[in-house]
Amino acid sequence: MDFMVFQYPMISVQACLDGILLGILFALIAYGMALQWGVMNIINIAQGDLVILGGYIAYFMYLYGIHPAWGVIVSPIIMFFVGIAIYKLVINKVVDRDLFISILATFGISILFMQLMNFAFGADVVLANSDYGTTMLFNNNVVLPNSKIFSAFISILFAICLVIYMKKSKLGRAIRATAQNARAAKILGVDTEKVYAATFGINAALCGVAGALISITFTIHPYMGLPYTIRSFMIVIIAGLGNLPGVAMSGMGLGVFEEFADYILGTEFRIGSVFLLLVLILVYRRFKLSRKREYLK
Amino acid sequence: MNKNNILLYSGILIFGIAAPFLFPAFKVQLSILCVLIVLATTWNIQGGEMGYNSFGNILFYGLGMYLCASVQVGMFFPLAEWTESGGEKTFVHTPAQFFQGMAVGLIVAAVVPTIVAGLIGYSILGLRGHYFAICTLGLGVAAGEISGGIEIIGAGQGFTTPPFPEVGNLESRGEFFYFLSFFVLILTFIAVRGIYTTRFKLILNAIRDNEDKAEAMGIQTMKYKIVGWMISAFFCGLAGGIMGGLVGYIDSTDVAFDGREMGVFMVLMAILGGKGTLWGPIIGATVFHIFKEGFWTFFLGWQYVALGVLIVVIVIYFPEGIMGWLREKYPERFGEVVDEKDRKAQVELK
Repeated sequence: MDFMVFQYPMISVQACLDGILLGILFALIAYGMALQWGVMNIINIAQGDLVILGGYIAYFMYLYGIHPAWGVIVSPIIMFFVGIAIYKLVINKVVDRDLFISILATFGISILFMQLMNFAFGADVVLANSDYGTTMLFNNNVVLPNSKIFSAFISILFAICLVIYMKKSKLGRAIRATAQNARAAKILGVDTEKVYAATFGINAALCGVAGALISITFTIHPYMGLPYTIRSFMIVIIAGLGNLPGVAMSGMGLGVFEEFADYILGTEFRIGSVFLLLVLILVYRRFKLSRKREYLK
Repeated sequence: MNKNNILLYSGILIFGIAAPFLFPAFKVQLSILCVLIVLATTWNIQGGEMGYNSFGNILFYGLGMYLCASVQVGMFFPLAEWTESGGEKTFVHTPAQFFQGMAVGLIVAAVVPTIVAGLIGYSILGLRGHYFAICTLGLGVAAGEISGGIEIIGAGQGFTTPPFPEVGNLESRGEFFYFLSFFVLILTFIAVRGIYTTRFKLILNAIRDNEDKAEAMGIQTMKYKIVGWMISAFFCGLAGGIMGGLVGYIDSTDVAFDGREMGVFMVLMAILGGKGTLWGPIIGATVFHIFKEGFWTFFLGWQYVALGVLIVVIVIYFPEGIMGWLREKYPERFGEVVDEKDRKAQVELK
């Protein structure tokens, strides 16, 4: 335990800013999670592994001398097709089944991806260096890497584009209709199979963007996927499905929480505290809901 | 219990006792098989019968593992110094100390997870469906991450369990652990079989089929859910304690709270064999263990790829498991009365 973060206000400011920039990234991943959960009613445990795979695409561009920021454009395009392939092979068989089946099936995909990435890219922790330098704030007391600011900016940009796309385009309307009532949408001539495939593809593409940004700002490792899944799951259950401002807010909140946990408990407990927070939130939610149920009686 | 059953059980018992002498090279594998069967069978109590699909039984397994080893060391030597020195070099257990420690350790390893399950049960088991699954997944991973940061049990560098004392010949270590795990397996089987003949099992099934209706029928579902989970935790803790001694080395995320391997294995074995049956998890664990060992031996490195593919294939194409498949094929053997006319009519309809 170390409470230095409260004694020096500048460290708190640093943690808050870091957390918010990180949280925007989490919110982007969580948005994809909410999308597929709302539309297809599946929980994708392999979400985090899609993120890491997207990160490796950017990392490979960096290795071949292309600036990793271009990964933000290349990675979602590749990941979109990866997502569609996963949908065609596995997900379309679990869409209308029990939720636990989808959890277990995507757990299998997650393990598969983890190991394949381990073979292909090795078990080293890597990052794609963007050479963006840093920004000093508040009399050089707060240091922000420009890559984090860049990643937050790109995340917001992609989120806005997606929201507009969902509102205006024909496919977006079809996706929203399917989310509301798949059967009615089918009757009215929406090809739900195609909508599901597109949803999963868009989700994978979002993961690709987030992964590319993570490979620039943080580090990636084949086994680091599960925490991202858990974070996005947590953000979605705090915010609720289809509540976009809520997703953004709870994403940032989670980011700030993590940074503070990092300072106070130490880095070795960072992931543990995230998972513990998930358990606490679910338990809190359970007691809140049970009170509601009693009230209804 | 009819004549066939007695024949079957005594056959299995005799085979179990003779196995380490028949296949002396596979003693460790057989012990692991026993542990896997225990894990799958107890997962089935709340996963299959109660409908609460938990990824978190690994929590009790890991807890039992750490507790058994810590008690075994802590009874005779300072625990912190033991983990610091990396185990066996400084302190040596005498045979009496080893067995005494193991006995007390196993009791603690069984009792404490049961209490933990009872304590957290009220909060966790109120969650339904996938929320429960994800919550328990989180619990398991959190336990692994947190125990990896605690110094006294070895933190990241792991914990060496007391080595087997020099008694008997070279074979005695394997035999000791085999018979220990086989004993626990028999204990589990008798307990689970006993439970499945009582009203308790029917209540668990009622909770699985429709919890709200069960509650409306006047069953205090929460009480039974917690008890069901505690039974699972008891045997998971025991299995973990044995496994710790058998492996000889405990690591927080790779051996004890290994959600990626053991935590999924127990779910997978139960589903492969058939959820909600007595024999399903046993058959599933046996088939799975044979498959796994074959794959681990001949295609080393590709095992997780195979595991991932296996999970997807089983879940998508084989969700009823082996017992479910058998039941569909030979319904008469399961005591279901089949109306031939009705069946023919259905076939014609198809």
